[in-house]
Amino acid sequence: MKARYLIILIGAFIILASCNDIDNFDEPGTFLTGNVVYNQDPVPVGNNEVEFQLWQPGFGTLTPLGVRIAQDGSFSARLYNGDYKLVFVDGQGPFRTNIVNEQQQDTIFIDIDGDKEISIEVTPYYLIQNASFNKTGNSIEGTCRLEKIITDADAKNIERVTLYVNETQFVSDNGDYNDARIDGDFTNPNAVSMTVEIPEMLASKEYLYTRIGVKIAGVEDMIYSQVEKIDL
Amino acid sequence: MMKKYIYIATITALLCVGCANDEDFLNREPTDILTEEQVFSDPEVTLSVIADLYDRYYDFAWIQDWSTMSRFNIAFWSEAGRYGSFQNSDYGYGDWGTWDYGYIRDINLFIERCEPATELSDADKQRFLAEARFLRASYYFELVKRMGGVPLVLEAEEYDFSGDPSYLQHPRETEAAIYDFVISEAEAVKELLPTDIDTKSRATKGAALAMEARAALYAGSIAKYGAGTPQVSLPGGEVGIPASKANGYYQTALTAAQEIINGEAGGYELYQKKPDLADNFASIFYDKIGNNEAIFVEDYKLQSGKVHGFTISNQPRFGAEEEEGGRTNPSLNFVQSFETLDGQYEPIPVEDASGNPVYYDNIGDIFEGRDARLAGTVILPGSSFKGRQVDIWAGYQMPDGSVISGDSRGQQKEVGDMGTVQVVGFDGPIDGLEFTAQTGFYIRKFQDPKAASGQRGVQSDLWQMRYRYAEVLLNAAEAAFELGQADVAAGYLNQIRSRAGITTSLSAGDVTFDRIVHERYIELAFEGHFLFDIKRWRIAHQVLDGVPIEASEVTGNIGAPLKRKTQPYGLWPYKIYDPGSANNGKYIYKIVKPARVTGADRFRLGNYYSKIGDDVINNNPKIIRNPNQ
Repeated sequence: MKARYLIILIGAFIILASCNDIDNFDEPGTFLTGNVVYNQDPVPVGNNEVEFQLWQPGFGTLTPLGVRIAQDGSFSARLYNGDYKLVFVDGQGPFRTNIVNEQQQDTIFIDIDGDKEISIEVTPYYLIQNASFNKTGNSIEGTCRLEKIITDADAKNIERVTLYVNETQFVSDNGDYNDARIDGDFTNPNAVSMTVEIPEMLASKEYLYTRIGVKIAGVEDMIYSQVEKIDL
Repeated sequence: MMKKYIYIATITALLCVGCANDEDFLNREPTDILTEEQVFSDPEVTLSVIADLYDRYYDFAWIQDWSTMSRFNIAFWSEAGRYGSFQNSDYGYGDWGTWDYGYIRDINLFIERCEPATELSDADKQRFLAEARFLRASYYFELVKRMGGVPLVLEAEEYDFSGDPSYLQHPRETEAAIYDFVISEAEAVKELLPTDIDTKSRATKGAALAMEARAALYAGSIAKYGAGTPQVSLPGGEVGIPASKANGYYQTALTAAQEIINGEAGGYELYQKKPDLADNFASIFYDKIGNNEAIFVEDYKLQSGKVHGFTISNQPRFGAEEEEGGRTNPSLNFVQSFETLDGQYEPIPVEDASGNPVYYDNIGDIFEGRDARLAGTVILPGSSFKGRQVDIWAGYQMPDGSVISGDSRGQQKEVGDMGTVQVVGFDGPIDGLEFTAQTGFYIRKFQDPKAASGQRGVQSDLWQMRYRYAEVLLNAAEAAFELGQADVAAGYLNQIRSRAGITTSLSAGDVTFDRIVHERYIELAFEGHFLFDIKRWRIAHQVLDGVPIEASEVTGNIGAPLKRKTQPYGLWPYKIYDPGSANNGKYIYKIVKPARVTGADRFRLGNYYSKIGDDVINNNPKIIRNPNQ
């Protein structure tokens, strides 16, 4: 009996070990990294909210590779070498994509042959400038200036401005674990300020994360300031 | 030796003789396949073919799959494997999608083969063909609700193996064109179908008109409210309907609904047989004899194999016929939406004005004086199912403010000087313990009160309700309201509300968009309408906005259409232990959020129309993607 098991085991090993060169692809090994930027500054977006698609034509059936943009506006994708087309689905992101040229519209062509870093230029509807956060006593005050970037026919209004507080560094409107949030008054966009109380259950924490988000009317994804760590 | 020769000679002879009738021998009628002529020469056989097409009808909320009926936080799912649905936030873009052109092809084939049949009587043939067209229109309606405009294929196409399939690739029609198709088919077949109120599981004139009214209403509201979300549309009209068409669709909806209301399709009426209005409401769904409310259903039959286990999955767990049940727990958010009998929105009175708990002598007293549909839809603490009172209470409230409760059903502990007594109901609620009433409620709608309906070997034969008269009235009311006939709308709403025991009637001035949204939410709960309602009114991304519901906002804004529905809450009864006090033995209630609810659902703009799969688009590059995905 024992010999039989041994033979089965050895057989299984041979089967598993014998195929590594014939039917296995190498895993993709090239990195495409970079930032979504406006004037060289990364555009911070919500967590797990905004993505672009990479299409690689030439292999028959097409399925896009979705690449999610991180909270700070950076992204990273591990790919095979090849020629890719980068597009944002209409309505993605709190920004307008830039037209590359008449024929190609806003599609960006990328040839990948070895690790590559690119910046994707976009034009956000608004930017949050000079965001600063202050802890005084039992509350956190967030102040910022809202700069309207798109002022032509596509210009949009602000729906609300919100300050978020979270125990983790993932701070977004769609985070289920935001511990506190408060909407601010934005009648004077040059000096927006809002104050939120730190919930009692967090009083014993050493630090919290916070940032400000702006919901733009008619745009699903929000634009944010960078996440900031606040020591309590 | 001789023997051998004899054998050889015999076998040779047999072989020669045996094959004399080759042709006859090989040409045999198959015993397991019916040919086309056979099928379409006998109405009984034709019926069995169309029965298969009926069986493949698509229901969004399907009684055979209990969880499909209680999505979108109208209830909490008390089953360990399902908590994930309350812990995520985004819906997938592909959710709720359907793309079954195989079904459409089979219907088209049926029509093409039935049409030239000569053996069937004209009356039979006409009915079969009309039924097939009704089913095809029904599925296109289902497609357009979920996917937007789709390719309209009305014949069974064949591939010619030429290597070029492009003639089989059809582009998407506009959303309006598909709705127009559904409406025109309904108009075309309504006179070909029987006008028979007792036919429920096959298409009738009533079913065709009900479908037409619903489809036209959906199209009208997409045209009207789609203007508020211009992002949810495509330039070619595959998604989105121009606002100018709204009134035309509303008028079609109202006309079709009024044909049913005026009795042109048979004597449909609201079900009003029982003096107890809550019982009456629950009976709509299980009384199969002379039920004039049901218009079109999927029928089930005991001991036929066509049964379902809705009651098994959802019956009160304590004393159930099978060690199973209790899965659907309606939420407090839903329960408190039921008005008081004089037509007021009021939170369930848990606290008085100064914030002190209200003490109740009996456990069910807190729900007194509410819309009878509450007790008809929800099994409340203190009420009974199949003659057995449910045992829902969460523990003892001690005088020092602490609570004594248990973590298994009906657990016993020492309480004060009472000794060891039961400290939690056999039906819970126990947080995180599956099959107990974790929100404090069980579902009553669609529960089968027959003996043994909760046994696996018997199961239930309750109808899958597809169209019923109350929905026709609500559709008519909404269409009339949108057309500026608020008095007509009030009349229809009042019929439904007075059946529910509400004593004050609405005047024309009381009918608002909010009122219609509310009435549909209450009356049609668990029947698969909610998603499509919030989609066509374009409020889904506001109602399900991914923001958790704070305890402080649960009881506010009752009846407001934009009230958040991202999380289900619960309401737990506690017994007071306070010997010597007047409150000893009374009940108080506390609002809780089940601990397993950690996510808040978010409906993104890309969810308004489900994603069309990449495989579909690769096979047919003419298909345009839905917006925002």
